[in-house]
Amino acid sequence: MTVESAVTPTSARPERPKRRHNPLTWVQRGGLTTLLFLLPLLIIFGVFSWTPIVEAVVMSFQKTNLVAPAVFVGWDNFVAVFQDPVFWTAVRNTAYFAVLALLFGYPIPLVAAVLMSEVKRMKGFYSVLAYLPVVIPPVVSVLLWKIFYDASADGVFNTILGWVGIPPQPWIQDAATAMPSLVLEATWAGAGGTIIIYLAALTSVSPDLYDAAEVDGASIWGKIWHVTLPQLRGILFITLILQIIATAQVFLQPFLFTSGGPVNSTTTILLLIYQYAFTQSLGGAYGQATALSLMLAVFLAILSIVYFRVTSRWSDN
Amino acid sequence: MKSPGKIAAVAVAALVGVGILSGCSSSSGGSDDGTVNLVVAPVLPGATADALSALHKRVEQFEKKYPKIKVKAIEYQWTSTTFAAELAGGTLPDVFNVPFTDSKTLANNGQLADITKPFDQTSTAKKWNKNVLDVATGNNGHIYGIPWGPYAMALSYNRDIFKQAGLDPDKPPTTLDEIEQDAKIISQKVPGVAGYMQMTSGGTGGWELATAVQALGGRLEKVGSDGKVTVDTDNATTKQALAWLKKLRWDDNAMGSNFLWDWAGINQGFASGKIAMYMSGSDVVGSLMQTNGFDQNKYGVTTFPLSSDSNAGILSGGNVDVVNVKDSPAQVAAAVKWIDFYRTQPTVDKTAAVNNAKTLAKGKQAVNAPTLPVFDKATWEQNQEWIKPYDNIPVANLKPFTDGIFDQKIVPEPPAHTQDLYAALDPVVQAVLTNKNADVDTLLKGVDTKIQAMIDADSK
Repeated sequence: MTVESAVTPTSARPERPKRRHNPLTWVQRGGLTTLLFLLPLLIIFGVFSWTPIVEAVVMSFQKTNLVAPAVFVGWDNFVAVFQDPVFWTAVRNTAYFAVLALLFGYPIPLVAAVLMSEVKRMKGFYSVLAYLPVVIPPVVSVLLWKIFYDASADGVFNTILGWVGIPPQPWIQDAATAMPSLVLEATWAGAGGTIIIYLAALTSVSPDLYDAAEVDGASIWGKIWHVTLPQLRGILFITLILQIIATAQVFLQPFLFTSGGPVNSTTTILLLIYQYAFTQSLGGAYGQATALSLMLAVFLAILSIVYFRVTSRWSDN
Repeated sequence: MKSPGKIAAVAVAALVGVGILSGCSSSSGGSDDGTVNLVVAPVLPGATADALSALHKRVEQFEKKYPKIKVKAIEYQWTSTTFAAELAGGTLPDVFNVPFTDSKTLANNGQLADITKPFDQTSTAKKWNKNVLDVATGNNGHIYGIPWGPYAMALSYNRDIFKQAGLDPDKPPTTLDEIEQDAKIISQKVPGVAGYMQMTSGGTGGWELATAVQALGGRLEKVGSDGKVTVDTDNATTKQALAWLKKLRWDDNAMGSNFLWDWAGINQGFASGKIAMYMSGSDVVGSLMQTNGFDQNKYGVTTFPLSSDSNAGILSGGNVDVVNVKDSPAQVAAAVKWIDFYRTQPTVDKTAAVNNAKTLAKGKQAVNAPTLPVFDKATWEQNQEWIKPYDNIPVANLKPFTDGIFDQKIVPEPPAHTQDLYAALDPVVQAVLTNKNADVDTLLKGVDTKIQAMIDADSK
């Protein structure tokens, strides 16, 4: 007998007695009733969520126009997507949108929420003001901002710039300024929701911590840095990954503002998926559309797993 | 617990919801007494009250003539973007119209109903101009639609703005250089107005670039003797057309400040007086009146200038009324009767022409919007005579177009993956209009590669 074998039994955990799954016991304990209550949800979820997902995965290996019988084409759709020069443009544009949205859209709601939490009076009024853009239907807000972004000297923003002697800007009419313009509107439209989340999280921060910080002589910035931000760490991690996922799926702004132009400068991955599915070859490129959708979904899933693993380690620390 | 009344109300609401979602098509399409139900889609969304009232009148006339056919007319715009999903989901109307560029592809894909038999029974079956009917004919020789309103690309202009700029609206430009000069004058003299503009989005950029290239004598696709199509956008004529746009945009500053126009958008821009001249189908005034409430007295139209090159020709297009492939034979037969009544008879039958013109005029819709013949020029001229008393667009305003169009050579659109080609060319046109140093050569090479790959994939 080796030393290892002598040690192993003592270091191993005592084995738990296995629970036996007896159908009769399960029924007697009300399992059937549970299943009955669960069944509608399972059916709805299966039919409306998982069936399309499974069908999309199957379709990514097929050539179909939804009318003629589908033909399996192996990896052809994936190859076609990779060979499309617009694919890499869309990847770059989506990454650019995500980075800009993080730069604009991530800190602004946080700063606004922290400032609003410091306000003693009319807090509700400021919350309403911040949340109002979220209530406006997205299509309406894009149409509104289209008027703001009018590139002529009579445009709303250009008129304002004119008051301080700045010449008219092309906003969405130029490849260089189109994407930042889209991000600006998206930040305006989405910030209110994040502000409300931060405000809710801030209420859970114990006032004792601020009192202790004040006793230690911390300034307002010191309190934010040493108390507020560490206390919000969990919610900040969640909103960050949610924002990354949302920006990777940006569609509405490029679709409604610019249709991906000028010169594909605002063509994002989701817009490209839309173009494959609906504008190319009279719907003949559904296969490519689903192939690209699948690639995006897999990428985001991997990104989320890695992110949660890394951030949980940070959280543990 | 909810009351039985509330549960019933929820159930009814759910059923109504399902009914709405089930969409446009008239499902079974028939009833026990032999009545056939049809959902037809002859007007675009946003049609004015006058246009809808005129349509209602026409439906009444049809149902009087065919008591066993019940027609429900809806506002609808066919788009390639939603077509396959609508067809798969069963929400497509029974009769809808598609552009010339798509009808043949759809027919060959098996996505349209074969109407050969009922079509052959129409009074005009033998009269059709074969070149026009070809757009609705499948590779198997069967008929899949009935063309109507063919148009040539033309230059539309606002006569009021011409006057404001000190130009004579009765003497519109006749060459590309004259368009450029007039556009420059307008932009300088009428602030906030683009002298000239072209469409750039949703495939329209490529469509209009193709028009300009063909007007200069070039082609974007070449068909070999073996029928093989080669994409060739990277050629000197395309670059000439783009250079002309570049001059207007950057040297003359005559194209305004908005460079992302699609078809509906530019019509709005023109109707609201932001654009003085633009390229569009010769029949666009009908839509301007029907959807944008545009005052036709301001409207002017002339032929788009052709170069002296012997290959130069004007790009033409049009619409084809087609039938839902999922319809029953009785519905297909009824649908063809409707299309024949609504679209074809007013071009060949005096009574139908006069009735149609009266209804349109009463509904403040265009009666004499300029189109091209679907049969022959003599029939077209005869038709123009019949409707003359009801003309509601000043004939003098159309004269520059009607005087010149029959001297222009009509050239069809590029034959393969036309809409894909147009969409791929959009960014090229946008690049020229938004970037003074756009690398046109590289962009055009990219278009050739992309579309050629699509064409080659078809033959695998």
